[in-house]
Amino acid sequence: MTNWNLILSIARTHLLSKFRQTAIAALGVTFGIGSYISLVGFMTGLNQMLDSLILNQTPHVHIYNEIQASEDQPADLFSEFENSLKMIHSIKPRQTQKKIHNALPIIDLIEKEEPVLAAIPQVKTQIFYISGSIELGGNLTGIDAMQEVRYFNFGDYLIEGEPQSLENVDNAIFLGAGVAKKLAISIGDRLQISTVKGGSFPLKVAGIFQSGIADLDNIQSFASIKTVQRILGEPENYITDINVKLKDIDYAPILANKIQEQFRLEAVDINTANAQFETGSTIRNLITYAVSITLLIVAGFGIYNILNMLIYEKMNDIAILKATGFSGKDVQMIFMSQAMLIGFIGGLLGLLIGYILSRVIDNIPFQTEALPTIKTYPINYDPWFYLIGIGFALISTFLAGYLPSHRAKKIDPVDIIRRQ
Amino acid sequence: MKRLLETRNINKYFKKPVLFHVLRDINFKVEPGEFVSIMGKSGCGKSTLLYILSTMDTDYEGELWLNDQLITGQASNELSRIRNEHIGFVFQFHYLLPEFTVLENVMLPARKLARKDLPEIEHDAIEKLRILGIEGLAMKKASRISGGEKQRVAIARSLINEPMIIMGDEPTGNLDTYNSEIVFNIFRELSNDQGLSLLVVTHDEDFAAKTDRIIRMEDGKILD
Repeated sequence: MTNWNLILSIARTHLLSKFRQTAIAALGVTFGIGSYISLVGFMTGLNQMLDSLILNQTPHVHIYNEIQASEDQPADLFSEFENSLKMIHSIKPRQTQKKIHNALPIIDLIEKEEPVLAAIPQVKTQIFYISGSIELGGNLTGIDAMQEVRYFNFGDYLIEGEPQSLENVDNAIFLGAGVAKKLAISIGDRLQISTVKGGSFPLKVAGIFQSGIADLDNIQSFASIKTVQRILGEPENYITDINVKLKDIDYAPILANKIQEQFRLEAVDINTANAQFETGSTIRNLITYAVSITLLIVAGFGIYNILNMLIYEKMNDIAILKATGFSGKDVQMIFMSQAMLIGFIGGLLGLLIGYILSRVIDNIPFQTEALPTIKTYPINYDPWFYLIGIGFALISTFLAGYLPSHRAKKIDPVDIIRRQ
Repeated sequence: MKRLLETRNINKYFKKPVLFHVLRDINFKVEPGEFVSIMGKSGCGKSTLLYILSTMDTDYEGELWLNDQLITGQASNELSRIRNEHIGFVFQFHYLLPEFTVLENVMLPARKLARKDLPEIEHDAIEKLRILGIEGLAMKKASRISGGEKQRVAIARSLINEPMIIMGDEPTGNLDTYNSEIVFNIFRELSNDQGLSLLVVTHDEDFAAKTDRIIRMEDGKILD
C-alpha cells in the first residue's frame, strides 16, 4: 500500500524548496528534448522533401514493353545442339510493338488488386520541337492530367497554367521549363512538333512545368492521351506505359513480379529503381537519433548528479522519515517521483520549445530553383516525434533517478542518527 | 498481564573495525504506563540498545517483544508499519524536516498511517501542539523555530498516532535547563495523565531521578 498523495506532496516540497537546482535539472531535459524535436522535425522534413522530389513523381510499379533480345534464340530450341556451346553474333532485338497489348483490360485487372490505389495509363513517344528550321529532340508523354495530379502530385510541378486545361483546351501541351526557355516561347503561344515518322502538328502551349531535374525539363513535355494518340495516328487502346500507385509501398516488388509473370511485360518496382534514396534517409535518421540520444544522456547525467546531491543533503530527512515509519520503498518513491517530475515537466517544456523552434524554422524563407513549390524550410510535425520525445524524457530520468533513489532506500537510519 | 516491551537475551556485536561485544544478555521489561530511564556512561551501549528496541536496528541476537508480538525476524516493511503505528520517537537532535511547516511535520506520521482523513489529522495535530503549548507555531517553517520549540514539535509528532510507547534518545541532551524542565514535565504529564509508557536514554542524573525506574548500564550489561 503506497500513499501516493503523501509521497508526491513530500516530493513537491523538496523540489520547490530547491527551486534553482530543480529548474537546472529540468532545463537539461528541456534542452535535450527541445533540440531532439526541432532536429528530428527539420531532418525528416528535409528527408521527405528530398525523397518526394523523386519518389512522389515515381510510380510504385512502372509497367512497359521493353525492347530487348529474346532470351531463347532459335539455336537453343534445336535439340541437336543441346549439349554444345553455342556462339551467336549480332543478335538483334526482338520485333515487337511498343504498345502494351490489351492495356485497358490489364489496367482494370490491376486496379482490382487489394493494395492498388490507382493504375494510370500513359502514352510515351519521341518527338521534335520545331522552331523555324531548328528541330529539337524531345519526349512527349500523353497523360490523364487529373489522375496524375491526384496520385503523382503533377500539379506541384506546374509553374504556369492549370492542369485541367490539358483536357479542356484542344491540342494543348505542357512544356518543360528548359524546352520553353530554349524555344523562347511561353504560355498561350503555338508550337509545331513533328513525330519520328514525319508529319507536323500544331499544338498550343497551355502550361509550363518544372520538375527540378534539369535533364528532364530540357526535353520533356506533356499532352493529353488522346492528343498523343492522334499525333501518332494510333487508336484509343494504344497505351505504352502503366503507372501503378499502391496503398502500401512494400507490396511493390510482389506486384511487379506477378505482372512480369502473368503478362510478360517489364515491371519495375520503386525499391529497385530508387534503392539509394532509402539508404540516404536511413543514415540521416540514424545521425539525428544519435545526436538526440547524446543530448538526452547528458541531461540524464545532470539529473543523476543533482539527485545524488539532494539525497546527500537530505540524509537527516531520510533518517527521520524511516524512523517515523516510512518504509525504504516509500523513501525510494519520494526521490523517484522527484526524478520523474523533473523529467515530465522538463520534457513537456522541451516539446513546447521544440515546437516553437520548429515553427521558427518553418518560417525561414528557403527558395531553390529545383523545388518550385517550396517557399520555406520544410518541417515534419509528426506527432510520433512528440510521443517519442516525452517517452525519452521519462525513460532517461527514470534511469537517472533509479540509482540515487535506490541508495536512499538502502540508507540505514541508525547510521545517520548515531553519527550525530 | 500484558507485556508492553520485553527483551530476551539480546546480544549485539559490532563487526567493524574489530569484533566487539556491545550488548550482553539484555533482559528487561517495560510495563504499561511506566516512565523508565536508561543511564550509563558514553559507549556503554545504551543508545545501541534503544535502536534495537525501536525496531530500526535488526542486526542482533535474542528476542524482542512489543505488545505481546514477537518483533524479531519481521520483514522491514512490517517493522516500518509497527514503528509508524506504535512507537513515538524523540531524538537529541530535533530531526524535523526543515522545508515543511511545524504542522506538516507533526502530521507526516499520521498521513503515512492513513487511518484518518486529512482534516481529522490536521485537527489532531493542532490538538497535540496545543497540549504542548506551541499551537502558535503551527504555520512556521520548521527551520525557523528555536531548539526548545523544535524538541516540543518532535514530541508532538511522536504523539500524533497515539503510540503505546515513546522512546527518547537524550531528548534533553541538547537543551538548556529551562527547556529540559519543560520537556521533562511534558513527559511526566503524558505518563501520569494518559498512561503512556516512556523509555528515555539520558545522561542527566536530575532527569533520571524523577522517573519511575532507572535502568543502569555498564559495558553492555544491565546492572541490578
